Amino acid sequence: MFKPDANACAVRRRMLRAGGALLALAVARPTRADANELQAAIAGYTGRREVRPGRVTIDVARLVDNGNAVPVTVRVESPMTAADHVRAIALFNERNPERDVARFALSERSGRAVVSTRIRLATSQQLVAIATMSDGTLWSGAVDVIVTLAACIEGEG
Amino acid sequence: MARALITVPQDAKRGDVVEIRALIAHPMETGFRVGADGRRVPRDILRRFTCRLDGEVVFAAELFPAVSANPYLAFPLRADRTGTLSFTWEGDGGFAQTETAMLTVA
Repeated sequence: MFKPDANACAVRRRMLRAGGALLALAVARPTRADANELQAAIAGYTGRREVRPGRVTIDVARLVDNGNAVPVTVRVESPMTAADHVRAIALFNERNPERDVARFALSERSGRAVVSTRIRLATSQQLVAIATMSDGTLWSGAVDVIVTLAACIEGEG
Repeated sequence: MARALITVPQDAKRGDVVEIRALIAHPMETGFRVGADGRRVPRDILRRFTCRLDGEVVFAAELFPAVSANPYLAFPLRADRTGTLSFTWEGDGGFAQTETAMLTVA
């Protein structure tokens, strides 16, 4: 009867484990690359300044039927006075062909820190908004959306 | 000239924060789509939007291909004086259009 020696078994086990790890890497990689790209795009915008989570909310349907025109509203908690207001809001996406969506410039003349627009979403992904305050601090908010009909690649407009 | 739709509230009181809405007819061609001939459709987007009150910039936006066709923007403005609002869109292929609307403050 065939009796595998302990050494061969160990080798086989090791190879299996390595194969499993490789498979896990192949499956996980696209998402990780997209997230890295998103982080890189945000870092390119913020420079070396620290970004704190909070004060920014993105209002968007969590389940989007049509990715060609998705209404989005970004709100920032701010008194919007001359001394303390939102100077800029930048909106980024995770998995469209380009990471930028739009950048808005506000001032104390705005009176409220809220901007609405309609955007395209190529697939289910994360949206991130970064607000720059008049004191130079940066705040961020994020939201995950599920898209059933993709924009950019298929369909009109 | 592209068709533009601008909404400015007509009953603003001094100190009110009003919402201004601006929409313009434009395909916002992303540059990522492939046309019927199998070739990539060249990018044609609006890149910049600026709103001024009597020449002073009160709101601006930089747009990217991820903004939908017929770009729509709604933004707030504190109504503290009557004046002329101008709305300027600039984009690829030398696109430039300016519309004006009155902001009347009671």
